[in-house]
Amino acid sequence: MDFSRTTIMRSLCSALIALGMAGFATIGTAEARVTIDISGGNVQPLPIAITDFQSQDGLGAQISSVVQADLKRSGLFAPIDKAAFIQTGLTPDTSPNFQDWTVINAQALVVGRVAREADGRLRVEFRLWDTFAGQQMDGQQFYADPNDWRRIAHIIADAIYKQITGENGYFDSRVVFVSESGDKANRVKRLAIMDQDGANLRYLTEGRDLVLTPRFSPNRQEITYMSFGNGEPRVYLLQLETGQREIVGNFPGMTFSPRFSPDGQKVVMSLSQDGNANIYAMDLRSRATQRLTSTAAIDTSPSYSPDGSRIVFESDRGGRQQLYTMNADGSNQQRISFGDGAYSTPVWSPRGDLIAFTKQSGGQFQIGVMRPDGSGERILTSGFHNEGPTWAPNGRVLMFFRDSQGGGGPQLFSIDLSGRNEQKVPTQGFASDPAWSPVLG
Amino acid sequence: MSLSRILNLRFVAIAVAGLMVAGCANKQNGLPDNAAGLGLGGAGGMGGAGGMGGAGGGAPGSSQDFTVNVGDRVFFETDSSSITADAQQTLQRQAQWLNQYPQYAITIEGHSDERGTREYNLALGARRAAATRDYLAQLGVNANRMRTISYGKERPVAVCDNISCWSQNRRAVTVLGGAGS
Repeated sequence: MDFSRTTIMRSLCSALIALGMAGFATIGTAEARVTIDISGGNVQPLPIAITDFQSQDGLGAQISSVVQADLKRSGLFAPIDKAAFIQTGLTPDTSPNFQDWTVINAQALVVGRVAREADGRLRVEFRLWDTFAGQQMDGQQFYADPNDWRRIAHIIADAIYKQITGENGYFDSRVVFVSESGDKANRVKRLAIMDQDGANLRYLTEGRDLVLTPRFSPNRQEITYMSFGNGEPRVYLLQLETGQREIVGNFPGMTFSPRFSPDGQKVVMSLSQDGNANIYAMDLRSRATQRLTSTAAIDTSPSYSPDGSRIVFESDRGGRQQLYTMNADGSNQQRISFGDGAYSTPVWSPRGDLIAFTKQSGGQFQIGVMRPDGSGERILTSGFHNEGPTWAPNGRVLMFFRDSQGGGGPQLFSIDLSGRNEQKVPTQGFASDPAWSPVLG
Repeated sequence: MSLSRILNLRFVAIAVAGLMVAGCANKQNGLPDNAAGLGLGGAGGMGGAGGMGGAGGGAPGSSQDFTVNVGDRVFFETDSSSITADAQQTLQRQAQWLNQYPQYAITIEGHSDERGTREYNLALGARRAAATRDYLAQLGVNANRMRTISYGKERPVAVCDNISCWSQNRRAVTVLGGAGS
């Protein structure tokens, strides 16, 4: 499916006014008081009532259940059981009886409606109310192809998340990963893509070739990954829309560990030669390559800072694997990790403020974060095997894969930056090497 | 010495299984199918016993001879690509055999155990394969006959979640191919 062509038209309160709903859209949103401060550590989930959206069929209830699942899984919201609702039959046209909602301690209320336009498109409206203040916080409507109803639900969940937390949401996003099946000694690995909640799973490769470490381009239309196809392990580029794939560059050895630059113009990767691995960047248009590191060591897992000016990577040039940063041209290489253990798979946060990594220490595999200067290291989770973090587009949540001892294979998990709210990400079978897309928008 | 002998014997059993795995993997990857080399005595047509040589030793010059009598793999310490004393003995036998049977080209597959991260292990497997290749080259095996590939931690031969398996997976396997490469 081509998501770039998906037309989802958004309109703010003004559109609702234009549609003759001004009566409830005139209350300003600026002084709304229901908020969650997610910068602190201990977050109390906000009780929220999400009513079934009005619709002719069951679609309204389906949309509100996706909204509810998104918000609940974030750990920041506590959706209230619908059986406790007092007022029923609410539509976006009617003002709620706020007391009916405050008495069940719903601090926020979501009401919506789904209609089918004459041209077959869906029109989905919702309103978010601050029940204690008796004010509307948000009201939007969307037009979309009926097949995209889940995206509409994710966009609404993102809007609610943003209104209440002040942070951008991340629900309207996807994950590319490696789906695993078969014996551990001869695993079949396929590239797969799904919505961040596990829905709309689609396989991108057939499993004939061993594939590893897929990563999204910033425009979400391309995947770069490593494949053993055609004998020589190489970095590939896959166009999601056409399925077209090509080898990136013409290097005299195994290329691996690819990642896009933030402008999408380059792929940075490792080249293995004579037992050493060094980092190269290749311009996808000019095909020009630039060597960024030159050591008799293993330099790999490069990841750009969001402004493209710096690269974090791992190297064992000092003995064990440690994290280093350098300018995007390879200059000014400096070690940033100094803790007890081995550090690897660094990924720069889309906010720029943190670097996530895998750490091996005391026989455990941990997922942690540190500032780009190496300070403020925090371990978020620790166990037999946790590996390969990837950032949610808002930089608040990490996804990674976990192999439990005796568990047979890896599974995907997500965890908040606070180290709380660890959640298993639903996949069919085993899964590894997740990479989170930017918000689709 | 006796311990290493025992270890080598123990590895003979898994070596055969390992070869089968390697053969499958290569087929999957579209490489030249190495199965033709299995037990057929290469270009010389020696024996041609189809891998059924008596006590499992294979005809001289056959790939089974190489796997069973010479030893097709060497093992590494954790996070290391140093050629151990045991590995040196195995590679000396390999070099002698390969120099005796020059019709074989070889692929050296480097592997790691699962106790590392994916990208690093790919590089570590490449480093082990390169170290093995370099050692064989020192012993007179022509570099043109040798290519290397790393599978990182993707193709373990032993699949338990403890050290007894991990030590078997940190390996470089010399896989016989057909003529020239």
